[in-house]
Amino acid sequence: MSAPLLDIRDLRVSVENKEILSGLSLEVRAGEVHAIMGPNGAGKSTLAQTLAGRDGYEVTGGSVLLDGEDLLDMNPEERACKGLFLGFQYPVEIPGVSNMYLLRSAVNVQRKAAGKEEINAAAFLKQARAEAARLKLKPELLKRGVNEGFSGGEKKRNEILQLAVLKPRLAVLDETDSGLDIDALKIVASGIRALRDGRRAFVLITHYERILNLVSPDRVHVLAGGSIARSGGAELVGELEASGYEPFLREAA
Amino acid sequence: MSRTAERNPEVRELLERKYRHGFVTDIESDTLPPGLDEDVIRVISARKDEPEFLLDWRLRAYRYWREAREPSWAKLNIPPIDYQAISYYSAPGAAKDAPKSLDEVDPRLLETYDKLGIPLHERARLAGVAVDAVFDSVSVATTFKSRLAEAGVIFCPFSEAVREHPELVRKYLGSVVPYRDNYFAALNSAVFTDGSFVYIPKNTKCPMELSTYFRINEQNTGQFERTLIIADEGSEVSYLEGCTAPMRDENQLHAAVVELVALKDARIKYSTVQNWYPGDEEGRGGIYNFVTKRGDCRGENSSISWTQVEAGSAITWKYPSCILRGDNSTGEFYSVAVTNNFQQADTGTKMIHIGRNTSSNILSKGISAGKAQNTYRGLVKVFPRAEGARNFTQCDSLLIGRDCGAHTFPHMDIAHPHAVVEHEATTSRISEDQLFYCRQRGLDEEDAVNLIVNGFCKQVFNMLPMEFAVEAQALMNVSLEGAIG
Ligand SMILES: Nc1ncnc2c1ncn2[C@@H]1O[C@H](COP(=O)(O)OP(=O)(O)O)[C@@H](O)[C@H]1O
Ligand SMILES: [Mg+2]
Repeated sequence: MSAPLLDIRDLRVSVENKEILSGLSLEVRAGEVHAIMGPNGAGKSTLAQTLAGRDGYEVTGGSVLLDGEDLLDMNPEERACKGLFLGFQYPVEIPGVSNMYLLRSAVNVQRKAAGKEEINAAAFLKQARAEAARLKLKPELLKRGVNEGFSGGEKKRNEILQLAVLKPRLAVLDETDSGLDIDALKIVASGIRALRDGRRAFVLITHYERILNLVSPDRVHVLAGGSIARSGGAELVGELEASGYEPFLREAA
Repeated sequence: MSRTAERNPEVRELLERKYRHGFVTDIESDTLPPGLDEDVIRVISARKDEPEFLLDWRLRAYRYWREAREPSWAKLNIPPIDYQAISYYSAPGAAKDAPKSLDEVDPRLLETYDKLGIPLHERARLAGVAVDAVFDSVSVATTFKSRLAEAGVIFCPFSEAVREHPELVRKYLGSVVPYRDNYFAALNSAVFTDGSFVYIPKNTKCPMELSTYFRINEQNTGQFERTLIIADEGSEVSYLEGCTAPMRDENQLHAAVVELVALKDARIKYSTVQNWYPGDEEGRGGIYNFVTKRGDCRGENSSISWTQVEAGSAITWKYPSCILRGDNSTGEFYSVAVTNNFQQADTGTKMIHIGRNTSSNILSKGISAGKAQNTYRGLVKVFPRAEGARNFTQCDSLLIGRDCGAHTFPHMDIAHPHAVVEHEATTSRISEDQLFYCRQRGLDEEDAVNLIVNGFCKQVFNMLPMEFAVEAQALMNVSLEGAIG
């Protein structure tokens, strides 16, 4: 078997001196879709932010390799250029910075890091418009400031638009499905499915069965008590719907 | 001290040599010795062949200035200035230490031009290379001159206007900013040597944007510059002052005066990009920029709009203002002021509502980084007869880092009971969330800061003429270099 694309071993993370993750391990191979579920406050977002390199999430132990390289040794932009994409639970507004301008800058720095030439502006725009149309994102949102005045659903779809254009190796989507109506959810799910191929992997952080029914994950994990309390196949989702997280909290305690 | 003198030992040596040789005092010499008295003013006036009225005016200004005091109300820490150590007259082209070619120019200056994307053929002129070596802008200027002449527009050096159009100068000079206005305006009135003069005839739309950029043959006018723009009834003009490139300049003190007069139905749009040397990272050197800019909406339905991007200077003291005298006149002030390292800026505007149904709009964006202090100071004054006056003010401050400061002093003096005056102010730090979001998409920290700051300034940049807006963005990036450690 090939080496995992993402290899997390015994990861310990503290926030403000409080340990949130206490020995979390997870392997994700290219081509796979993993779901991470778990109660509120379990540390799912902490895991996502730590992977992306956010300040304030202090790694006190363990290791993370992306494609065999030490992810924890890289700053956030290096991680992004290595192909790590984080779909934010709460995408931030950046007034005055055109949505397309940020995305094109991102595409270009990532291309540059890969030794490629800058993308032609017209070609970029064409691609972005096509993806936006597929995601049913209003064209005027492309010209607006990043997430400026977007509705909750529009922000989430904008994350998927960035995902579709940036085509990362590993996408960690933090509750991208929360707060979406069923139509938006279908669009987001089809966005994910469209990108799914043998080279890429997804980690979907979610509370809900419905997105998993649309995307069908290879593995499902329950994050509780600071680590992966249980892993299984798609059948685990049904079990969780029935039992809730209670049993895992007790198991972990 | 100028940036050139500080950074380039050769230039410094030349400067020092000049000082060692001292100065000759006869009228034919290029440069007067340091010091200011009535004789100096008589010499300036004589060298410029000025009519009697102007000399009288200068002398009155001087006498007023001698008794006046420097203003101390601004939130600025200004080291004492020795006005007797300044030389108040230097003939055009007299700078003997000017570099002969770009090879002699400080490489760091050239690097900045590069970052700002200044065209190659412009760099020599900006760097102060002797004018006759810069040939290609001459033809450009000539073409412009003939197009303007066809439209009847007068656009010339101030001293030329004094000779060719003394009646206009006499009528309008000091009519917006009287010499008694303030200490620096008085000094400027006494000793100014040159500047720009613009007259747009009735019902004429100036056929191109006027820019000091194209005024060649006028080195050494920067220190006490005097600008007068008159838009006659129904006319329209857009004027660009300055340029994003740091210009070579040896004078630490700048005290310019700009007067705008808009008659009935006239519109003036005045845009500035100020990028004088701000001093080094330790706060040494840098220009003191004490400017009085004021526009008078003298006629009905007239409008004056100021847009400024203030990036340079060690100290900025500047309040481009509008006197809304004519009924239905409008005033606008759009400002970006960025301060880094030890820079200090105290800037803002005054909107004086005198006429009926006058309206004004103020949008100020202050960015502070390093150990800099950035102050917005504004006055909205509504006279009792200004029925229907309206003002909207928005002041936003952005802080980068922990050691800088932003201050807002929005004064209001409202004498009409139904005036509508609204004020909104925000102060924020550059947000970690925004920075992280950009970095997660692959941008490095500096690019992320630049992106966010440019977004913050966007509404103001949108007011600038297109090419200027692009340059202003690049300028912000250069100004904030090193702001994130
Ligand atoms: N930036 C932060 N500052 C302080 N506490 C935090 C921060 N991020 C997360 N936490 C704390 O860490 C724990 C895990 O939170 P989080 O990772 O957001 O959980 P989840 O995403 O699973 O709901 C919670 O107790 C939360 O309060
Ligand atoms: Mg969360």
